[in-house]
Amino acid sequence: MTIPAAEHPLRIAARADRDGLVQRHPEIFHPSPARKIRAGLVIALLIGLFGYGLVVLEFDGARLVSGIGKLGQFLWFMLPPSTDTWAKFFVYLHALAETVAIAFLGTFTAAILALPVGFLVAKNIVPNAVIHFLSRRIVDTIRGVDELIWALIWVSVVGLGPFAGVLALLCSNFGLFSKLFSEAIEAADRKASEGIASSGGSKLHGIRFGILPQVLPIFGSQVLYFFESNTRSATIIGIVGAGGIGLHLAEQIRVLEYQHVSALILMILVTVGIIDQISTRLRFALIGERAAP
Amino acid sequence: MSTAVPRLPDHQLSSLAGAYAEAVAAKRRQLYIGLGLFVLAYIVAGIVAEVRPTTFFTNLWRFTDYIGRIFTLEQGAAAGRFVLFDVVEWMWGFDKWMKLLWETLLIAYVGTLIGAIGGFAFSFLSARNLTPNSTVGFLAKRWLEFFRTVPEIVFALIFVVAFGLGPVPGVLAIAIHTFGALGKQFAEVAENIDMKPVDGLTATGATWSECMRFAVVPQVLSNYASYALLRFEVNVRGAAVMGFVGAGGIGQDLVEAIRKFYYSDVSAILVLIIATVMIIDLATEWLRHRLIGLDQRS
Repeated sequence: MTIPAAEHPLRIAARADRDGLVQRHPEIFHPSPARKIRAGLVIALLIGLFGYGLVVLEFDGARLVSGIGKLGQFLWFMLPPSTDTWAKFFVYLHALAETVAIAFLGTFTAAILALPVGFLVAKNIVPNAVIHFLSRRIVDTIRGVDELIWALIWVSVVGLGPFAGVLALLCSNFGLFSKLFSEAIEAADRKASEGIASSGGSKLHGIRFGILPQVLPIFGSQVLYFFESNTRSATIIGIVGAGGIGLHLAEQIRVLEYQHVSALILMILVTVGIIDQISTRLRFALIGERAAP
Repeated sequence: MSTAVPRLPDHQLSSLAGAYAEAVAAKRRQLYIGLGLFVLAYIVAGIVAEVRPTTFFTNLWRFTDYIGRIFTLEQGAAAGRFVLFDVVEWMWGFDKWMKLLWETLLIAYVGTLIGAIGGFAFSFLSARNLTPNSTVGFLAKRWLEFFRTVPEIVFALIFVVAFGLGPVPGVLAIAIHTFGALGKQFAEVAENIDMKPVDGLTATGATWSECMRFAVVPQVLSNYASYALLRFEVNVRGAAVMGFVGAGGIGQDLVEAIRKFYYSDVSAILVLIIATVMIIDLATEWLRHRLIGLDQRS
């Protein structure tokens, strides 16, 4: 059976019954004016703020066009990616290893430190509103400071180098993990720890045998997930002098060595891809393919 | 009254207990091997990243010292005391900083909007169930992946060279990263929609774009808006550090204060940034809850 695309029987039927359809679904054919006005206002506000933003932020056509032209030029210069000499390549490779090491140390040290704090912040472990509120605010404040800012602060405390990067990632992740861990603990099934309490176990027993087995795989999965995003962060903290490949990247961009820049970006992308694969595998091994978010 | 617990005869029990002990021991062994590998990796990473625990602990006082120092006034009548003793002196650059913070928010907003529009268009191209053909889907996915994986600061560094210093490269860098990140999240939402309206529209002979407009958009719009708001929140944090590479916003003043050791300025700007981020967090959370609530009502 062939149907002429223009006039499908459904269309013909619908058109014949148009008045009936209008009567049965008034809200679709004549949306209420209040709704229309509200939608219009929201859109006008969004566009108005956008236009105002463009003006305040000094967007102008000529600059954009010349910039895009320059970008095209850069892209042309970037090909093919090259590091010129093998010696340079190994320098970059070492910086990349440093980057991964920074991410590894920052992520896992933060996780170890956040483990006890996560329990303290959790509402069902320490049912004290004041402690809960204060610790939450402190954790939120630590989390609210970007890792680049932490990196700058640590550079002025312990000096230039990858160690400052480790401490920076440690700080920002500590806040994040404390929050995530405490949420996981609060969401844990309390039947297991109630069972332990009823058989005479202490509160500590309840945590160790009732809650910990439930939440540890979740913690592991979360930590591995953020290991990948931390590798990405670790590539950029070098821009402020906190070690890793970012230092080379910023330098090569400033001295306009485009082939090096593209080679560096390529190396970063490959590394992040590999870390992503490894951490995804490990996460699936920990919590099973189905439950992974 | 004593409860009777059924107990197996000893010879049966001992073999079961032995099997259990063995299973536990095997699991323990696995755990120890894993822990050993982890500690090894940890030490190797420590050597590569030049971690010196001794210098860290001898220098730890410098961190507390630093924190103490940024909250101490340097000048004015209350010099040498805690910043709250003379808030006016502490926040001497309040007007300038608020202007820069407003600029930071605008960078985040304009960047998010541009990126969200791009992500919106690409989500339909890349979603597995909606893509017009598999080649387009594959290309759109890789495109988004590239935009998302390169850190936005790297884009900002390159754009600063191309477009010159100022907020423009910052906006574009955020827009590109948002494009990639939102494109992926949007596509995931679109992959979970109810396909019946799409099938219905296809049956009436609607084109691909008509299908998207009338069958998909009404289903996904509120979720898209929610994700875009969440991304705006992330981008405010991102825009606050764009100034580190000369791409506009409050970051420029912060990096200057930290590098030139204007201690009390560091704390003043940090407090303003954290407060702004918190307010934005609360506002977007409220908006998102309203959006989701709206969705459930209709």
